[in-house]
Amino acid sequence: MNALRRNVLKGAAGAGTVAVAVAAGLLKPTQAMAAWNKPAFEAKNVGDAMKGLGVSAPADSKDIAIKAPDIAENGAVVPVEVTSNLAGTTSIAIFAEKNATPLVASYALAGGTEGYVSTRIKMGQTALVRAVVSAGGKSYTAAKEVKVTIGGCGG
Amino acid sequence: MHMNRREFMQLLAVAAASGMALDSRSALAGKAPANFYDVPRHGNVSFLHFTDCHAQLLPIWFREPNVNLGVGEALGKVPHIVGQDLLKTYGIKPGSAEAHAFTYLDFTEAAKVYGKVGGFAHLKTLVDKMRAQRPGALLLDGGDTWQGSATSLWTNAQDMVDACIKLGVNIMTPHWESTFGAERVMEIVNKDFKNANVDFVAQNVVTNDFGDQVFKPYVMKEQNGVKVAVIGQAFPYTPIANPRWMVPDWSFGIRDDGMQKWVDDARANGAQVVVVISHNGMDVDLKMASRVTGIDAIFGGHTHDGVPQPVQVKNAKGITLVTNAGSNGKFLGVMDFEVKGKRVTSYKYRLLPVFSNLLPADRDMEAFIKTVRAPYEAKLNETLAVTDDFLYRRGNFNGTWDQVIVDALMEVKGADAAFSPGFRWGTTLLPGDPITMERLMDQTAITYPQTTLTEMTGATIKTIMEDVCDNLFNADPYYQQGGDMVRVGGIEYTVNPNKKIGERIGDMMLKGKPVEADKTYKVAGWAPVGEGAQGEPVWDVVAAYLRDKKTIKGVKLNTPKIVGIGKKNPGIADYDGSYA
Repeated sequence: MNALRRNVLKGAAGAGTVAVAVAAGLLKPTQAMAAWNKPAFEAKNVGDAMKGLGVSAPADSKDIAIKAPDIAENGAVVPVEVTSNLAGTTSIAIFAEKNATPLVASYALAGGTEGYVSTRIKMGQTALVRAVVSAGGKSYTAAKEVKVTIGGCGG
Repeated sequence: MHMNRREFMQLLAVAAASGMALDSRSALAGKAPANFYDVPRHGNVSFLHFTDCHAQLLPIWFREPNVNLGVGEALGKVPHIVGQDLLKTYGIKPGSAEAHAFTYLDFTEAAKVYGKVGGFAHLKTLVDKMRAQRPGALLLDGGDTWQGSATSLWTNAQDMVDACIKLGVNIMTPHWESTFGAERVMEIVNKDFKNANVDFVAQNVVTNDFGDQVFKPYVMKEQNGVKVAVIGQAFPYTPIANPRWMVPDWSFGIRDDGMQKWVDDARANGAQVVVVISHNGMDVDLKMASRVTGIDAIFGGHTHDGVPQPVQVKNAKGITLVTNAGSNGKFLGVMDFEVKGKRVTSYKYRLLPVFSNLLPADRDMEAFIKTVRAPYEAKLNETLAVTDDFLYRRGNFNGTWDQVIVDALMEVKGADAAFSPGFRWGTTLLPGDPITMERLMDQTAITYPQTTLTEMTGATIKTIMEDVCDNLFNADPYYQQGGDMVRVGGIEYTVNPNKKIGERIGDMMLKGKPVEADKTYKVAGWAPVGEGAQGEPVWDVVAAYLRDKKTIKGVKLNTPKIVGIGKKNPGIADYDGSYA
């Protein structure tokens, strides 16, 4: 059953999560395609990257859940899911704090969309993975540590 | 040494007469040994559990650690208690058979009296005896069963698969099993195990692409009219601690949320008892038990802790029992539950040491093992050297067996320093024992045995040591991988387990000089997790060294100076070095 699903989807290679979401009308195409926020994505630290997104001092929130491995199985593709239970969530940004350019993704969500994104990010070293959520005109944040280890030497 | 029960009793008498500090009076009277395995059944639902036997089909020696430090909330708590402190914690009489089984104390002397432990023919007898009193009892295998011996490696795990089917295993979960490759695992699960009705469960192994379950997360069984669910938890860090390329399409991880989901699912489907066979390691199990609700017991392994009684862990909705059943076929856990009014109302647990002298070999299993070994006997029995020293592996920082391995790597490879993985498996040898090829394979039998010789800067060496040390001593158990510290040959160092990564290792010295960050050193090692390594297998390197030495004696154990743990830490005793 799963093998079939896998093959069907292989045929549509390139239609990644974002493209599918765009097709489903969940993301505004202008934001997904055109709004490349150069200052934010090229910023060398979290503070500047947040500034680039127009965010300052976001409040810690328990309504943001980050699902990511405690220890990455492969630093090149670390699966990260962010769920925002904050009412009126309009954007979710993901940072890997110790990456050379910490901002790894920023999603703009159309009104009424479930506050959920899932992606895979690249991490060079152990760091906090931080989510910054905009909701109702305010900014909120949560973080989870993901360890990147050399491997080997296990029990 | 092979004895029948009468000879064993005679030896006990001799030992007692010669004034050994053992529980000799009751042994002499035949009282303790004769009823040693009389374990009356309690209640109506039972589980038998063994774990981490590491493919040891025959009885062996296995010494428990004298260093097993706990950090953070685990400081001074089970399982981080060794030696006399462990005896006191559980009220075990010094010098008794249990004291020998659960601690390293007076190991050589006690081993001679109580004999070898484990062996599948003896374990089979014990399992059958427990089952006879417990109709419907399920036998659970916690994994690390297919790896750890020459014959399991050479038969591509087939000897252990067949032995487990004969033993009557009902349900298992994996760790080292995965190092035979995903394809081989699936072949065994879908063919051998399917035909023999053995379930292979792991809720935390999913496909990399869609997150689909690779194995059944749990199975539902019935015991005496009571529905019971057994959930599997594979070693969460298999693709990190072991080669990822061997299981390229599978993702592991702890996955608390998945565990909760399947517990709830099992309960919703009528399970009155929910247990987990886990390869998390005990500290991870303890944390998981505090976060996930609805589990009656977690039968744990991986960290090889022989824990006499379960730890009761409180969580939001009740109490979960957490056990750990040691390693190398040395123990069988027996958990009896009384289930009334659709829930567990009481339990009794025993972690029974498998003394091969007290349990007659099961004939059928004995014959099977003989047949399996026959083609390899000559190779297995080659004596490479004799050891005058006591050779063991287990302990947080080093063991004499590992010292022999790093000494061999440095000498044969012409290296300044050597690394050997902090594996917790590997049998023990008493002074005077021959070191056969079989015993060497007990320390080295893995599917990625290549040796390496690498130029590393002092800074890189420190980074590696810090990285491994954090896998052992991270204050949060969910970041621990359950192995011991990498064994280091050639470089002396100081360690502070309670610091953070990057700050634990200091005072690194090589041949009396400080290790310099920018200087390059030749470092030998083995068991590379990357694909494509070409070096000679480690057993060939060490065998050459042993044949050359002929006698192993005066092994100089390189143990770090430990700081920041205090002098009264129950996780350390009789340390071959300084600590404070």
